[in-house]
Amino acid sequence: MSKDSTTLFQERVKTAIAEASPVAILGNGTKSFYGRIAQGQPLRVSEHAGILNYQPKELVLTARAGTTLDEIEDALARQGQSLAFEPPHFRPSGDAPDATLGGTLACGLAGPARPYAGAARDLVLGVRILTGRAEVLRFGGEVMKNVAGYDVSRLMAGAMGTLGILLDISLKVMPRPAISETRILSAGIEQALDLMIDWAAKPWPVTATAWYAGRLWVRLSGGRQGVSEAAQRIGGEVMDPHEAETFWRDLIREQGHRFFSGEGPLWRLSLPANVPHLALAGDQLIEWSGSQRWLRGDADAERIRGAVSAVGGHATLFRGGDRAGHVFHPLSEPLMRLHLRLKQSFDPHGILNPGRLYAEF
Amino acid sequence: MSLIQPERIAFDDPRIVSARADLVAALRAFLPADAVLERQEEVRPYECDGLSAYRQLPLLVVLPRTVEEVQRILRLCSERQVPMVARGAGTGLSGGALPRGDGLLLSLARFNRILDLDPVARTARVQPGVRNLAISEAARPHGLYYAPDPSSQIACTIGGNIAENSGGVHCLKYGLTVHNLLSVTFVTMEGELIELGSAAPDSPGYDLLALYIGSEGMLGVTVEARVKLLPVPERAQALLAAYDDVEKAGQAVGDIIAAGIIPAGLEMMDGPAIQAAEDFVHAGYPTEAAALLICELDGINQEVSEQVMQVRDLLLESGATEVRTSQDDAERLRFWQGRKSAFPAVGRISPDYYCMDGTIPRRALPEVLRRTAELSRQYGLRVANVFHAGDGNMHPLILFDANKPGELERTEELGGRILELCVEVGGTITGEHGVGIEKINQMCVQFSPEELRQFHAVKEAFDPDALLNPGKGIPTPRRCSEYRELPTPRAHHAHH
Repeated sequence: MSKDSTTLFQERVKTAIAEASPVAILGNGTKSFYGRIAQGQPLRVSEHAGILNYQPKELVLTARAGTTLDEIEDALARQGQSLAFEPPHFRPSGDAPDATLGGTLACGLAGPARPYAGAARDLVLGVRILTGRAEVLRFGGEVMKNVAGYDVSRLMAGAMGTLGILLDISLKVMPRPAISETRILSAGIEQALDLMIDWAAKPWPVTATAWYAGRLWVRLSGGRQGVSEAAQRIGGEVMDPHEAETFWRDLIREQGHRFFSGEGPLWRLSLPANVPHLALAGDQLIEWSGSQRWLRGDADAERIRGAVSAVGGHATLFRGGDRAGHVFHPLSEPLMRLHLRLKQSFDPHGILNPGRLYAEF
Repeated sequence: MSLIQPERIAFDDPRIVSARADLVAALRAFLPADAVLERQEEVRPYECDGLSAYRQLPLLVVLPRTVEEVQRILRLCSERQVPMVARGAGTGLSGGALPRGDGLLLSLARFNRILDLDPVARTARVQPGVRNLAISEAARPHGLYYAPDPSSQIACTIGGNIAENSGGVHCLKYGLTVHNLLSVTFVTMEGELIELGSAAPDSPGYDLLALYIGSEGMLGVTVEARVKLLPVPERAQALLAAYDDVEKAGQAVGDIIAAGIIPAGLEMMDGPAIQAAEDFVHAGYPTEAAALLICELDGINQEVSEQVMQVRDLLLESGATEVRTSQDDAERLRFWQGRKSAFPAVGRISPDYYCMDGTIPRRALPEVLRRTAELSRQYGLRVANVFHAGDGNMHPLILFDANKPGELERTEELGGRILELCVEVGGTITGEHGVGIEKINQMCVQFSPEELRQFHAVKEAFDPDALLNPGKGIPTPRRCSEYRELPTPRAHHAHH
């Protein structure tokens, strides 16, 4: 499907401004669970879709924001390339429409490869957006290096649509590694954290790590020689390649692992990797060399936030819990003031996804 | 097009003199004697940065030692509505640190300490005046280094790198400053201390760290940064390939990347640049070549061997007339020596040179080189091309003689035409040197009035009174309408 709906959306935003009636930007709804409860009239944007330019030799892809990740990943796979940040799709079922590129960037989420290959924001090269003034603006471009003007395009990653409706997005894409191998080791949580930090300090092609209930998984990807050399030094047991692919994609990235479907809200703790194990009430699954820790359980929100703040991290109420309260970690007063001023500069009438990120805007 | 002249302020202007005396007294009330420079001979060294065609004496220079002093200076400037320009080592090439005659120049030279280097977390906390290379030197005993390596890395500081989002020859694989920084602590013009980012992989709210990096000192004054350190690769090896045709060399770059290889460095030089470099450093370059590629591969020992063979085959298939593989580190460094000294090498064959910094989609390379050659003939000025081929960042060097009347002006006009050509083919006016004062007119070509207005609105969110490095980076609507009215067909913005 390929369609340009820029003018239509622009009219909708103009009307919203005139009627002082906020819009809730909606792609295919795969991440409706994420962030605070949407307010405003739904504005469907997934019809604005289609790959606009793909230059495999230049590692650049530009697509309309409504293009599904499936379509993009298929096109990339045909050229032996991929989205290096391994974004989760969170598609509820095979029949449901897949995640869009716009929603992916707006949420700024990334999969197992993130600490080794970069986050969504690291791979953004440019965007075309529709602001809350109903203006269509373009920032960045289709080139790797660009310092003309402020880097507004990366600012869109994780902004939850509160600064602009994403129209077109240009990304740096990367070659798929020639081979991957996953090893499994037995390790307690403390030992696993130490091992993951150790590996990250070596020039080895580690591209994913996960720990749960006494088992530590590590994925190595790259050239055959490099992978086998590092795998030998790491040791452990080799995981069947198909099983490994399913594990990283379906169980970890898409959160199909039984850990994620347990009782109680799901918290995402983002921490400096070298923080020792945080003993909080509930079950934990660890990723990203220790810098992303999932906590499942009914631990008190204040207690969780206090514990992670004390070690220089932050906590997000990822799934479940009170979606009208603080979903994202509260900001300091000076930072909140900057956020409010910046929001004002892009969306002076406050009509784009109000309250989705913070109650204040 | 005329030269962008900074305002000329007469130091005997009574209004300026009295304002200055007053400001000096207020600053001396909390700063030590050696932290305020006011005599002309003392402030003279600060009159320009690496773009020395633009010079302006600052009203005063301040050299604070502590964050509290920076905060008090900025609060004072805010109260009195005095403009402020921050400066690191002054190696910038776009005039971003050009002072103002009616404003303070704040040097961060005394913030030169590495506060903490954590080999386990692989991070370093550094003050903004720490030199780029000093970080890698301090990390080296732990088998670590800081990846971005702009060619001025011996002298340039991390604070300046943050302002420009500096790259270097290794950024195709290892990224720019924005990819290698975990957090920045900065002081707002209102004197508030704010940390963006943290030691965790991400932070709640907007990614203000990404917005701040590359903002050319217009959003805040950096007082501390936390950088990522990477393990030093086990092995690095370089290949050198000569071509009789620039287009073939460009094709080879695409072939390497299409094969799934991301080299640590991938550089190209054209004939004039090769000859100048060879005459200067005698790196053994084949001087008859029309283009030279240098490709560096790094990683695990075995993997590098594998890739070197693969790249060698690709280079030969793409029509290279000669391919050499470095046998040891000494030879690898010799391959690089010519490239790394290309600028001074060109400086030897011409009284002056002017370095441009456009980035283009790589497929447009043959067209851009051809049209640059045409422009070079049209303006009667020689151009040598040095090119970060992997990421499309071009550094055409225009050779000129500033002592010949009108030649600097012609050079600037030619430079502007080359940048506008980069925009026309879908690229940008600056890949890594920044807009500063130098490329402010070309911003009117790359961005629409609405986009420029949004940039100003972003600045206002950080600096409501527009006192931080005013007049740089983002042109005013008035400047753009004046530029667009110039009697040349090129002065209109290119997209939409």
